[in-house]
Amino acid sequence: MKTLLLVDDSRAVRLATKRMVTPLGVNILEAEDGSQAWERVQSHPEIDAILLDWNMPVMDGITFLRKLREDKSQPQPAVIMCTTENDLPRILEAMQAGANEYIMKPFTEEIVREKLAGTGIL
Amino acid sequence: MTIDSNDYDFLSALVARRSGLALGSGKEYLLEARLIPIANSLGMPSLVELVRHLRVRRDESLEATITEAMTTNETLFFRDKTPFEELKEQILPELIANRQTSRRLRIWSAAASTGQEAYSLLMTIRESFPQLSTWRIEVIGTDISQQALSKARQGIYSQFEVQRGLPIQLLVKYFQQVPEGWQISQELRNAVTFKPLNLLENLSSLGEFDIIFCRNVLIYFEQANKTTILDRMERQLRPDGYLVLGAAETVLGVTNRFQRVRSCKSAVYAPTRQFQTV
Repeated sequence: MKTLLLVDDSRAVRLATKRMVTPLGVNILEAEDGSQAWERVQSHPEIDAILLDWNMPVMDGITFLRKLREDKSQPQPAVIMCTTENDLPRILEAMQAGANEYIMKPFTEEIVREKLAGTGIL
Repeated sequence: MTIDSNDYDFLSALVARRSGLALGSGKEYLLEARLIPIANSLGMPSLVELVRHLRVRRDESLEATITEAMTTNETLFFRDKTPFEELKEQILPELIANRQTSRRLRIWSAAASTGQEAYSLLMTIRESFPQLSTWRIEVIGTDISQQALSKARQGIYSQFEVQRGLPIQLLVKYFQQVPEGWQISQELRNAVTFKPLNLLENLSSLGEFDIIFCRNVLIYFEQANKTTILDRMERQLRPDGYLVLGAAETVLGVTNRFQRVRSCKSAVYAPTRQFQTV
């Protein structure tokens, strides 16, 4: 079973995403910000993909992503940004930082499923 | 908890205003089933917060997502994926080898609707066969709906539409962000010709094709008309060309002018005469 890390400071968003993804047979871990996500990545090398919000307290998504991609000693799961930052320059910034896919909020179950499939998680 | 009737009226008016689709009364279940996940994805626990948010400010991407979630539009980029993979791995390499002299390929998207299939065909060519940049590649998209074709020509898609089937790498490469959403590049729009066509009309004016994509449209025709359309399409297809039908469609019992291509997983057919001449 593949393992997915959901990183979002909104509990409601994590819950909603979890509800969409759980039936697809994916093991789910959660984090509230980039700093917690960093801890999860280190303690859970089995993580295959990360759904990553951009704007979060403590450490935001893009900072976490850069830190992850710079540290070659870490496992490198696929990262799907999942954010209300929907402008082209922001998308390009995230891709430059090493994001593999991008979901613009609001999203539907089909979108999450297709993006996970496209990233090889499903 | 069922949605409040004022909120229901507000949302159905929004969908009607944007799409022309009248939801009518008694569709509370449908509305909740489709829209609660969207509200949740923004951190809103229910439709109450969603409606409150929309009442106080204009939110184009949210309104578009709601409308499309309610209008079950299954026209997406790279729909079903496999036909496009087989186009890339098998169909195009073979046709390119066969057309080294004429250096010309003609492709027909026969139920083009709002253009996603035609543009997906073109993006497949641009991405995987850069050597064809000096060839004459014609992509023709036809549909019975003028309204759909006008959207196809404009090539403007909502945030919701560009997230269905289109990898982000292709979005940033081939689209520009515009106030209404995302517009496919001028270069790609110029490379496709969209024209109105009823599939029951004579097809000979379209000329001959190397590839015909005719997916998920024959299901709307009666058996006799299906036969007429497929037989006419066969006449417009070069002897070594290919017809691609929808995943659940077949020519079996409809016509014997096509044979299934066994090496393809998707519904790819070749003219029977191709096998007779070999």
